[in-house]
Amino acid sequence: MVSFDDNGIYCAQADVYIDPWRPVNKAIITHAHSDHARWGMGSYLAHRDSVPVLRYRLGQDINVQGINYGESIDINGVRISLHPAGHIWGSAQIRLEYKGEIWVVSGDYKLQQDGISKPFEPIQCHSFITESTFGLPTYNFPDPLTVHDDINSWWRQNKEDGKNTIIIAYALGKAQRILKHLDTSIGNIFTHGAVDNINKLYEQTIGPLPPARRIDATIDKKEIEGSVIIAPPSAMSTPWLRKLNPYKLGICSGWMQLRGARRRRGADRGFILSDHCDWEQLNTAIKETGASNIYVTHGYKSIYAKWVQDEFGVNATEVETLYTGEQVDDATDNPEKGDVSNEGL
Amino acid sequence: MKDFSRLFTEIDQTTSTNDKIDALARYFEIAAPEDATWCVALLTGKRPKRTIRSGELRDWCSQLINIPVWLMEESYHVVGDLAETITLLLPEPEETTEYRLSNIITDLMALQDKAEDVRHAFIVNMWMQLDKQELFIFNKLITGNFRMGVSDKIVMKALAKAFAIDENIVAHRLSGNWDPLTTRLDQLLGAADTTDDISRPYPFYLAYPLETELQELGAVEDWYIERKYDGIRGQIIIRDSQLFVWSRGEDLMTEKFPEFHALVNMLPNGTVIDGEIIPLKDEQLLPFHLMQTRIGRKNLTKKALQDAPLVMICYDLVEYKGEDIREKPLTERRLLLTEMLSQLQEKFPTVPLQISPLVICENWEEAAAERLNARDHGCEGLMLKRKDSVYKTGRKRGDWWKWKVDPLSIDGVLIYAQRGHGRRANLYTDFTFAVWNGDELVPFAKAYSGLTDKELVEVDNWIKKNTLDKFGPVRSVTPELVFEIGFEGINPSPRHKSGIALRFPRILRWRKDKSADQANTRQDLQDMLKAQH
Repeated sequence: MVSFDDNGIYCAQADVYIDPWRPVNKAIITHAHSDHARWGMGSYLAHRDSVPVLRYRLGQDINVQGINYGESIDINGVRISLHPAGHIWGSAQIRLEYKGEIWVVSGDYKLQQDGISKPFEPIQCHSFITESTFGLPTYNFPDPLTVHDDINSWWRQNKEDGKNTIIIAYALGKAQRILKHLDTSIGNIFTHGAVDNINKLYEQTIGPLPPARRIDATIDKKEIEGSVIIAPPSAMSTPWLRKLNPYKLGICSGWMQLRGARRRRGADRGFILSDHCDWEQLNTAIKETGASNIYVTHGYKSIYAKWVQDEFGVNATEVETLYTGEQVDDATDNPEKGDVSNEGL
Repeated sequence: MKDFSRLFTEIDQTTSTNDKIDALARYFEIAAPEDATWCVALLTGKRPKRTIRSGELRDWCSQLINIPVWLMEESYHVVGDLAETITLLLPEPEETTEYRLSNIITDLMALQDKAEDVRHAFIVNMWMQLDKQELFIFNKLITGNFRMGVSDKIVMKALAKAFAIDENIVAHRLSGNWDPLTTRLDQLLGAADTTDDISRPYPFYLAYPLETELQELGAVEDWYIERKYDGIRGQIIIRDSQLFVWSRGEDLMTEKFPEFHALVNMLPNGTVIDGEIIPLKDEQLLPFHLMQTRIGRKNLTKKALQDAPLVMICYDLVEYKGEDIREKPLTERRLLLTEMLSQLQEKFPTVPLQISPLVICENWEEAAAERLNARDHGCEGLMLKRKDSVYKTGRKRGDWWKWKVDPLSIDGVLIYAQRGHGRRANLYTDFTFAVWNGDELVPFAKAYSGLTDKELVEVDNWIKKNTLDKFGPVRSVTPELVFEIGFEGINPSPRHKSGIALRFPRILRWRKDKSADQANTRQDLQDMLKAQH
């Protein structure tokens, strides 16, 4: 029912692609990160909450339809519905059912609760397509609440030491997650323009966030003393960042579990905070689907497929895609639309 | 181990040298003397021998957490460090126990020659009682590669601060042959003189690569210019009618150099000579690798000695008649050295010590020309030493400079890649390069360094998209990318498919302007080999 071709994940019966990486007629989008939601599709279908971000990133004039979780539409006999993936706000697993056969394309997902996106719901299916960004037993993410506590106490310490605190996080998803958990009694919060743009969309679509000011030309260096500034990876080692001196810089990513990645990025602190599954979450998710066919995409796909095959006794196949997931070395990642900003102080 | 673990974290979380010195000094002030001693020993390269094999660690860990060995292997290749892999895989302990650093190390040393079940029980028991940071340190200790991102210099500075002693004195007292099992740090630092350890060398004075314009060095007459030999930097010490030969890595290597043993009866007691040990036969300089092979041998046969006889090219005298003369100007030290050696040569014409000849230059242009023909003399370049310089401790700028010739270079095609370690873990950064032999690509060098972090990430991305095949951790890639590989020398090697081995290969730059067919050939390498030998 579902196949993989040069354009992406394809359902021939409905003639739709899921997260295609080349322009196609009809695309269903799991979430609005740039490796899953690309430019040039004839039409887009996504969760209602993703629509404003898709328009913002891909153009106001795109042809996009938004639906709710659990709501289903029928295309040529294929029943298609969206279900919470827990990855970022508006992210969805795509369930496809045709003549009793059920596939679920999970996109990116996590089982941890992040306080801003609807938690992941396991869906029973025959075939499950999963990512494997952190598909190795070495990845065991700590409880996110303790990580948020660590971030807050680090901020407090930096403020005491007369330093600003910079937190590097993806503009879409991670930035709102962090903002939501900052202890506003410590000090003021500022954002890079790219983060602020997405925050505004979040507030319009989902609800309020703690107050945060966009850094622009009207802000005096004095005003940011001791505050926290949330910026996207593309802001690292730019003149924009240097103007925020003196600062301490922390990166929030699942890769911060690896000492090598932490040291390479030249951050003062690495916080293990990911919108992807770690090893246990992946295994739990796969077991709960009850699926007998598992397709493994981006990440440690050959290793994880072999593990699933051996351990769970189900068919597991690795699939080549152009999804990238969370990147170890994001500073050199293609800047997402809206991430580039030279707004000064 | 809590204090030591906190020290480790503090140093890990800063790049500032001063913060590191402060953190260490604080530790030295609060730590028990035995723990401080082991801390210094670990940081200055006196690591205890491993008593557990890494294969055992992998087996025990995979059994304990119940994952297959192959998955453990794959995890190790991604993480790039066995100690860290095990740390990440093991569950959080139910409760932790406080251990002393020195006790852990001595307990580990005591595991030598113990039966496997005893060693297994000890390690697993520890694994279940340490918090994650301590566990990482423990695993680094048992895998024998504990490091902390501090140089010897930082350790010396911190000790100087904590114990209020002059840094040069600290450096001197720490150099040499002390054993952390029998000597405590406070005793070592409190020692009155050099007399307690007669083998103790002086900390080597090391030169920086030349970074200023020659004209800024002043008049050429103020400088000694010598050739820079490619050998083993060493100190020959005669005290109490005993001979000691130390290498720059502060290894006592006396047994490796039988040709120096007779010096005990030739040189006066209280003599320390600094120089370069090189292989020289019938006045002909031999390739470095012949000495390397000889040094690597367990048993020195007569033939090995005949094939690669060693001499020391002597360039400094740091102890004379039992007196430390490092503060005297180089002119004086060199004069004493020259007199001593010429008297020696008169009495013993075959003595394996030669004075490092001066290269006389009227002006800096002549020096520049001498540098360029260094390879004709089998040398790596020139050394520039200010005539009135004192013998300093460690690597210092200003008075001594090394001025090496540009490396030889060849363009190779990237054919294999493997994930790196440490900072490069999880990235494909260990490369194998090949040259053309007809229409076949023959590997000739491995190189790890030379690219910027940004380029590494770019190449890593390219590798992931252009993988042809995987053999264990190694990927073969489409032969497409060309890199200029620099090296210091080239030697024949029957063990390598290309028939040659390069000395210090590294990446000079990524030749994005070249396609694979424009890379060099095996013949080019052989021509370079002929030109050198």
